Amino acid sequence: MLGALSRNRPLLALLRGGNGGDKAASAALWAASKRFMSSDNTITVREALNSAIDEEMSADNKVFVMGEEVGEYQGAYKVTKGLLQKFGPDRVLDTPITEAGFTGLGVGAAMYGLKPIVEFMTFNFAMQAIDHLINSAAKTNYMSGGTINVPIVFRGPNGAAAGVAAQHSQCFAAWYGQVPGLKVLVPYDAEDARGLMKAAIRDPDPVVFLENELLYGESFPVSQEVLDPSFTLPIGKAKIMREGDDLTIVTFSKMVGYALKAADELAKEGISVEVVNLRSIRPLDRETINASVRKTSRLLTLEEGWPQHGVGAEICASVVEESFYYLDAPVERICGADVPMPYAANLERLAVPQIDDVIRAARRACFRKEEKKQATA
Amino acid sequence: MAVRQALRRAGGRLLATQGAMAPAALGVAGRGLSTSAEPITLEIPVPFKGHNVEPPSRTVETSAQELTEFFRTMFVMRRMEIAADSLYKSKFIRGFCHLYDGQEAVCVGMEAALNDKDCIITAYRDHCTHLGRGGTVLEVFAELMGRKDGCSLGKGGSMHMYNKKGGFYGGNGIVGAQTPLGAGLAFAQKYLKVEGVTLAMYGDGAANQGQLFEAMNISALWDLPVLYVCENNHYGMGTAEWRSAKSPEYYKRGDYVPGLKVDGMDCLAVKQAVKFAKEYALKNGPMVLEMDTYRYHGHSMSDPGSTYRTRDEISGVRQERDPIERIRKLLLSHEIATVAELKQIEKDAKKEVEDALSKAKESPSPDSEELFSNIYRKSYGAKSYGADRKEVVVTLP
Repeated sequence: MLGALSRNRPLLALLRGGNGGDKAASAALWAASKRFMSSDNTITVREALNSAIDEEMSADNKVFVMGEEVGEYQGAYKVTKGLLQKFGPDRVLDTPITEAGFTGLGVGAAMYGLKPIVEFMTFNFAMQAIDHLINSAAKTNYMSGGTINVPIVFRGPNGAAAGVAAQHSQCFAAWYGQVPGLKVLVPYDAEDARGLMKAAIRDPDPVVFLENELLYGESFPVSQEVLDPSFTLPIGKAKIMREGDDLTIVTFSKMVGYALKAADELAKEGISVEVVNLRSIRPLDRETINASVRKTSRLLTLEEGWPQHGVGAEICASVVEESFYYLDAPVERICGADVPMPYAANLERLAVPQIDDVIRAARRACFRKEEKKQATA
Repeated sequence: MAVRQALRRAGGRLLATQGAMAPAALGVAGRGLSTSAEPITLEIPVPFKGHNVEPPSRTVETSAQELTEFFRTMFVMRRMEIAADSLYKSKFIRGFCHLYDGQEAVCVGMEAALNDKDCIITAYRDHCTHLGRGGTVLEVFAELMGRKDGCSLGKGGSMHMYNKKGGFYGGNGIVGAQTPLGAGLAFAQKYLKVEGVTLAMYGDGAANQGQLFEAMNISALWDLPVLYVCENNHYGMGTAEWRSAKSPEYYKRGDYVPGLKVDGMDCLAVKQAVKFAKEYALKNGPMVLEMDTYRYHGHSMSDPGSTYRTRDEISGVRQERDPIERIRKLLLSHEIATVAELKQIEKDAKKEVEDALSKAKESPSPDSEELFSNIYRKSYGAKSYGADRKEVVVTLP
């Protein structure tokens, strides 16, 4: 029995679950995909990223990978597993723990014409190198009058993991999303991961590719088209994950999964939710966001990062500016709590959005009464 | 005028603006200005100092042609920087303006040892370095004044001049950031098997930056063909080297990276050192070159440059060590040129700079549309916004 299980990779992945992964839903999805798409596969986000990088390195000699532990360790989160063995130490480089130095080196190599993929073990450590992302990479094409472009990808896990506390849990989507000259991508599922990574590597401009550690192990069904080496996704286009009529939830990365689950719950009380998976923070797909809100007339933004000056704030501003007269309710924002990330599990749970928070805010937007708690004497 | 091509060309090319001056026309008996490529052997007066490396010989080979080119090029650079000073004071140039006069021998001497496979990256004191890599005086002036014909279309300014084809990667405003970028250029050269080196230039002010040491570590570990060239003009803005560095012996600061201390006011010493270091770097990895140099102007146009150093010191250096005067003395003592011929070179150089200046003044400001160009190489139809986003919305080109 165990022997059979150990050979069934997708089933094992499901049984392991992921933090925040709903085993029952994933299993149902997997079963459905197996029944109706017989030639399709289920892959993890990790496998999606690994295969995308592998294929792009095979296709273009100028692409190389560098970062801490990407080579011999096979990647701190195993995203670069096998690449050193396949492409050799000239193209998969283990760096010392010197972010400012190796990031600057990557940007310089990109200025010359190579196509580096620089891994940050987490984006928290990229703050040590942030001058190179902004001043050396993002602004150079503009300052040089278009003569020097910087075709580099900065990738790594972003946002909260589980129990890693304040210095290892920050979401940087809003910071990088503010900078003209950068592209900022936020994949959710395996299809996003493959398509956006390939697009990012081929892109001639600096791309900040914000992954999520807790999604790496999650499996998603993908079609044959997604597995094809030529598959890419367009940069700057959001995806409607689920159509609805009453409320638009705009979100990205791990929170897309939460929004979909909230939508399932809300459907039971007759609230039909449309879930917009941004895929791209910059350029931001304002057309898709506003078209959706004009249809539903209600907006809820959902993100893990801090509320003030966050991604949700920009989405709300965009909708209020462009679709004010279509709104039937004030805009709602669900964000990470306005605190540094605590360690204790109960506090951490209060510091990040939960599905209940999304459901409550959705009901508010639809003017549904909350079940009132009994008042104490 | 393309400095690098001029300096490299052997074999008796006539100087660009020189006709063969018949001695009779000058009323001087004897031969005309020598443009011979015949080797002349000279001794470099100030010895090199080595750190973990045997310094090169002080005997250097040059030629009449090369020395004349040194003189002419440095003179053009000197005039250009002085003109920029006036432009700034008459408010044609705004913001920052960091002038290089006094340091000309560094970039001119370097170019004599480099070719088009090599790269240079420097900080914000970059006008003359840009010229050395093939830029023109016109595009420097136009860029300083924020005009269309500037090398960065007027969108960069004094600190952001680039020439990718010429192997010049700026023009960088953040102190020290250019050093790991330079390591990256060298990485790419090695990756693509180009047989060239990168000169990552920085000042004594930047020499204490952590990222410089991170870059040195990686480039030594990976044997990258990069030369870390410290232009030590002894003052980081208003702070003298002894006030900012526990060890101002910058050529030793690489520790395991060998270093050379060079008289940066002597074109020939610079040329010799760079030639030596380039050969080393292509085989063995990085080396530090400390160029002992001096800037006559303050840190920038807003710094008089006399609150942290004495006027006597400045005039003393000008008297004893000026790089242009050194070459002038060589040209005269070796009878390569007469006083009158040198005056003619100076006159022609002044005219070249003045012509470029008036042409640059005629260049228009960039069109308003340029506000939104070159943000991305590929925009995918993304939009950008002006200050009033309901008034100005642009689909990026």
